[in-house]
Amino acid sequence: MTRIRFHRSLDDLKEKLLVMAGLAEQAIQRAIEAYRVRDLSICDLVSRSEMAINRLEREIDQAALDLLAMEQPMAIDLRFILAVIKINADLERVGDGAKSISDRVRTMDNMAIADLPVDIPRMASLASNMVRKALQAFIEADAEMAQSVLSLDDAVDSMNRAAHVSLANVMATQCHLAPQALNALMVCRSLERVADHATNIAEDVIFWVKGADVRHKGSVDADVAGSLEAPVSRHAN
Amino acid sequence: MGVGIEVTNLNAWYGTNHTLQDINLPVPANHATALIGPSGCGKSTFVRCLNRMHETNPVARVTGSVRIGDQDIYADASPVEVRRRVGMVFQRPNPFPTMSIYDNVCSGLKLNGFRNRKMLDEVVERSLRQSALWDEVKDDLKKKSGASLSGGQQQRMCIARALAVDPEVLLMDEPASALDPVSTSKIEDLIFELKSQYTIVIVTHNMQQAARVAEKTGFFLNGRLVEFDSTHKIFTNPSDKRTEDYITGRFG
Repeated sequence: MTRIRFHRSLDDLKEKLLVMAGLAEQAIQRAIEAYRVRDLSICDLVSRSEMAINRLEREIDQAALDLLAMEQPMAIDLRFILAVIKINADLERVGDGAKSISDRVRTMDNMAIADLPVDIPRMASLASNMVRKALQAFIEADAEMAQSVLSLDDAVDSMNRAAHVSLANVMATQCHLAPQALNALMVCRSLERVADHATNIAEDVIFWVKGADVRHKGSVDADVAGSLEAPVSRHAN
Repeated sequence: MGVGIEVTNLNAWYGTNHTLQDINLPVPANHATALIGPSGCGKSTFVRCLNRMHETNPVARVTGSVRIGDQDIYADASPVEVRRRVGMVFQRPNPFPTMSIYDNVCSGLKLNGFRNRKMLDEVVERSLRQSALWDEVKDDLKKKSGASLSGGQQQRMCIARALAVDPEVLLMDEPASALDPVSTSKIEDLIFELKSQYTIVIVTHNMQQAARVAEKTGFFLNGRLVEFDSTHKIFTNPSDKRTEDYITGRFG
C-alpha cells in the first residue's frame, strides 16, 4: 500500500460528508415534525442545522479541491472525489428543503389547522427513506442499493402530482382554506425536491462505484431519438 | 507518416529471466501510446524489442512477431534497417559531446552516407523546427557543442537527431524524467505535435504525463501486459483491478 496519507484524507472526506448527511437527514425529519405539530421551537433547530450544513458544505468542497489539486487522483479515487463534491451540493439542497418547510410552518403559525386531502407525513417518510437508502449505499459503496433508490422516486413524484390536483381543488372550492392549501403545496414541492436530491446522490454512488453515468437516461434517449417533446428532467434545478 | 505496429506473442529473455511474456499489442499509427507500470515490469524491454535493441545484449533473446507496417522486423529486416525506421529517445539526453549542434542532428544521416551540404542544411533546420529548438539555437548551430545546451534543449536536440533520419516510429523511454517542469511541458507539447506525423510509443512513470499526451495506454506488470485500452478508460475506469490498484497507489 502506498499513498497512505492520501487514502487517509479520502477517509476523512467521507467521514465529513457522512456528518453532513446525518445533519441533512435530521433536518428534514425535524422540519416534517415541526409541520405536523406546528412547533416553532423545532423550526429553530432546523435553522441551526441548516447553518451547520452550509458550513460543512464549504469545508468539504475545500477539502475536495485540495485533494484534486495536490494529489492528482485517478480512477476510483477521482470518481469518489467528484461524487463527494456533487453529493455535498445535493445534501446542502436537502438542508435548504428542510429550511423551506420550516419557513412554511412559521407562515402557518397563525392559521387554523385544516384537514387537507394530502398525506404529507407519508410523502415525507418516502422522501426521507430515499435519502437514508442513498446514503447507506454511499457508506457501503453499494451500487445495487443505489440503483434501487432510483425507482422509488416515481412514487414521490406521483404523490406530488396527486397533491397538486387535490390541493388546487381545495383552493378553488374552499377559498377560506387556500392559504393552508398553498403552504401544503409548497411543502409537497420541497419533499419532491428532497427525493430528487436522493436520486442524484444514488446516481453519484453508481458513478463512483461502477464508473457508469446513469443520469438523465430517459431524457437523453428521448433527445437522441429526436423527440419533438421537450424532455422532462426528473431532477431538481 | 507513421505506421501501425502489431505485436504478436512477443516473449523476451535476459539469460534465463523471462522478462516479457506473451505480449500482444496493436500500436495505432499516428497516435501516442503510453506504457506504464512499476520498475522492472518489462516496459523498457518492450520498447527495446520494437527497434531490435534488446538483442544487442549478448544474453538476450526474443521470440514472436513485431510487424511495423507490412514488415516483420525480426523476419524481413536487418537491425540497421529497423533502426532507420524506428527512432529512439532515451531517459537522459545523450548528445555527442565533441560535436556541434549541427553535427549532432545530422550524425545519423552522415553515418548513412549523406554528404550533400544543402540537403543536410535543410534536414537540420526541419528537424530542429519539428523539435521546437530551431529558434533557440539557429545562430549557434556550428559554433556551440551539443553538450553546451541545457538538459531540456539537449533532449529536444536528441529528438531532432532521431527525426533527421525520417523515421516512421518514435520510441521514447522516459524522455522527460530528468527534466524540469518547463522542459517537460515542451517535450509533451512536442509529442502532441509530432504524433500527426509519427507513431509514438512513450514509456513513462508519470501517469499524468501519460494521461496528457497519449490516446492509448498499456499497463505492464511482472512482464505481462495486464491491460491495454484508451487512456481515458485506463485513468478513469480501468477494467482490471491490478491496473486500478497501481494507478491509485494501492499497489505494492
